[in-house]
Amino acid sequence: MISINNVNKHYGAFQVLTDCTTHVNKGEVVVVCGPSGSGKSTLIKCVNGLEPFQSGGITVNGVAVGDPKTNLSKLRSHVGMVFQNFELFPHMSIAKNLSIAQTKVLGRDLAEAEVKGLQLLDRVGLKAHAHKFPGQLSGGQQQRVAIARALAMDPICMLFDEPTSALDPEMINEVLDVMTELAQEGMTMMCVTHEMGFAKRVAHRVVFMDHGRIVEDDSKEAFFDSPRSERAHQFLAKILQH
Amino acid sequence: MAYNWNWEVFLQPSATGSGTYFDWMVYGFKTTIGLSLTAWLIALLLGALVGVLRTVPNKLLSGIAAAYVEVFRNIPLLVQLFLWYFVLPELLPTELGNAFKQSNPFVQQFLSSMLCLGLFTSARVAEQVRSGIESLPRGQKNAGLAIGFTLPQTYRYVLLPMAFRLVVPPLTSEFLNIFKNSAVCSTIGLLELAAQGRQLVDYTAQPYESFIAVTLAYVVINVTVMVLMRRVEARVRVPGFIGGK
Amino acid sequence: MYEFDWSSIPGALPFLAKGMLVSLEIMVAAVVIGIVWGTLLAMMRLSSIKPLSWFAAGYVNTFRAIPLVMVLLWFFLIVPHLLEQLLGVPRGTDMRLGSAIAGFALFEAAYYSEIIRAGIQSVSKGQMAAASALGMNYWQSMRLVVLPQAFRNMVPLLLTQGIILFQDTSLVYVSALADFFGTASKVGDRDGRLVEMLLFAGAVYFVLCFSASQLVRFYQKRLKTA
Ligand SMILES: Nc1ncnc2c1ncn2[C@@H]1O[C@H](COP(=O)(O)OP(=O)(O)OP(=O)(O)O)[C@@H](O)[C@H]1O
Ligand SMILES: [Mg+2]
Repeated sequence: MISINNVNKHYGAFQVLTDCTTHVNKGEVVVVCGPSGSGKSTLIKCVNGLEPFQSGGITVNGVAVGDPKTNLSKLRSHVGMVFQNFELFPHMSIAKNLSIAQTKVLGRDLAEAEVKGLQLLDRVGLKAHAHKFPGQLSGGQQQRVAIARALAMDPICMLFDEPTSALDPEMINEVLDVMTELAQEGMTMMCVTHEMGFAKRVAHRVVFMDHGRIVEDDSKEAFFDSPRSERAHQFLAKILQH
Repeated sequence: MAYNWNWEVFLQPSATGSGTYFDWMVYGFKTTIGLSLTAWLIALLLGALVGVLRTVPNKLLSGIAAAYVEVFRNIPLLVQLFLWYFVLPELLPTELGNAFKQSNPFVQQFLSSMLCLGLFTSARVAEQVRSGIESLPRGQKNAGLAIGFTLPQTYRYVLLPMAFRLVVPPLTSEFLNIFKNSAVCSTIGLLELAAQGRQLVDYTAQPYESFIAVTLAYVVINVTVMVLMRRVEARVRVPGFIGGK
Repeated sequence: MYEFDWSSIPGALPFLAKGMLVSLEIMVAAVVIGIVWGTLLAMMRLSSIKPLSWFAAGYVNTFRAIPLVMVLLWFFLIVPHLLEQLLGVPRGTDMRLGSAIAGFALFEAAYYSEIIRAGIQSVSKGQMAAASALGMNYWQSMRLVVLPQAFRNMVPLLLTQGIILFQDTSLVYVSALADFFGTASKVGDRDGRLVEMLLFAGAVYFVLCFSASQLVRFYQKRLKTA
């Protein structure tokens, strides 16, 4: 489904991604982790073309992301993405947040889009909040709306960039629960996250990045039981202490 | 102090014979309002366009927009006015220039003033719009693009509606400025409020009353605009948004 | 098509330079007086003594409601008249330069005071508390702790306001005082080359103000990184 081949990216002289290669098969859940600044966000943004890269190739469902002829908007409309800071549109009601792209991008009619939006809100447990504005919801609620907003586009796969790291601890689980459910339904997911509990429960594979390189790319069992690199050892030791 | 206060001077028939001195004031008041509102329309439209262009990824477009802003910001308003009024008609193709010079003097003065104030203010509006867009979290643009909007759609549905809400308070002060700045147009003979004030000083022997009345008229405009803009601000407030209160 | 003739400009340069001196004189005097008076107004506005705070608020709001042209006209047409009557200044004394400086300074002080007030408020309350905790009184805390920090943050804004003021000095045109712009338009009229003169004046203002604002921007960047 997602195929990343030898991707290199740099800002001026600064190399952010070096020879990154990995694949996410249909129905697979891949967790990407690594220290801060290692290039995780950059890599995941390359997947839907939010960040350009200088060499290598990425294809999503057979479509080449780096190709100038690719209609990126069309591609992105069926690749869902969830951000660290939710990024709901603050001037629109929750219902509108869910329907706007359905109508303007997919061309669905408004009534249909609203029904679909409400169904998804119901699914993330927030139907009663449809008329509110994003600023009136808690962080965890906003992130669930953001997931629903992405799902409303009927995505073929989902990208998550640290969806829980801006949340207070007591709200993390409500978001992880929604993600777990999605994974169990067979959604293809690429998640940047430091939630190792989630990774252990849900992921099929773990990709570990350091200094712009993919250092480990293994089944979750192999990664957690016997990480091969020293860096991954240290990282796990640090993160599992908590 | 041996000054004879006489507020009834405004009820006296004016020196030109038509109407009273109060009518002079009303005429000036109307001109100030008409000029400021038409110039404001130009400033909003052009300013929004230029402000958006300053934030687009295309280097050429954003460069042109930046140059536009710098030119209109770094030349005094009075000098710009003289350039519009005295210089531009000379530089236009001869026929167009002559047509302008032969038109009604009021039309000449009003057109020059309107374009001058409109473009001068548009540069300021553009700066506010740009900083409004730039103050939005960077993730908003990505969120718009990620959901499948094209760049123009992202501007239209995500960035601009929010930026315009953020920009209303600073625009209020630009809107107030345009009324105040319109007084500069008295220098090319446009008979707006300040110019009528000067005429009243010359024609009546009551300088204090004349100037107090004109100054109060400006204060009234100021207060009215502020009250109106408060309403607009309340209207566009985003529920739950910090800074939107 | 218009035929340009720039030949009258070199001869006019000495007059223009003299005019520029007048413009600068007005600007510098108004900036200095304006900042001092503006600082006082800002402190009054923030003071807990209500009448002082009301006075400052009234002053600032009134001046900000009135066009600068109107303020200048008051100072050129009405104030001299008043002075003649009240203080017995001889009729016809040329007070235009003094009037201009007074008008600009009092007007700009209203704007400066708002900048300074915001600057003072941006210094956290904790700083004032910390200074008091060290045993400083109000004036010491203000002078030694709050104002230095406030001014550091405000310098770019104050300088930008100074550039605006420099542009606004051209408005002394309403009193026919021979500043840079007044001289340019007079000489242009005299020589029948108003178009060239006005373009030249515009270019001079642009070069000066643009360079000054670039310098301010540069300084602002350094402040941020420092
Ligand atoms: N626009 C940019 N210009 C220059 N360098 C950048 C830019 N964006 C990111 N970087 C750098 O690229 C590197 C990778 O950034 P990235 O955001 O992908 O890291 P990350 O792994 O997501 O870190 P975190 O866990 O903190 O989110 C960082 O060192 C960052 O400083
Ligand atoms: Mg990141």
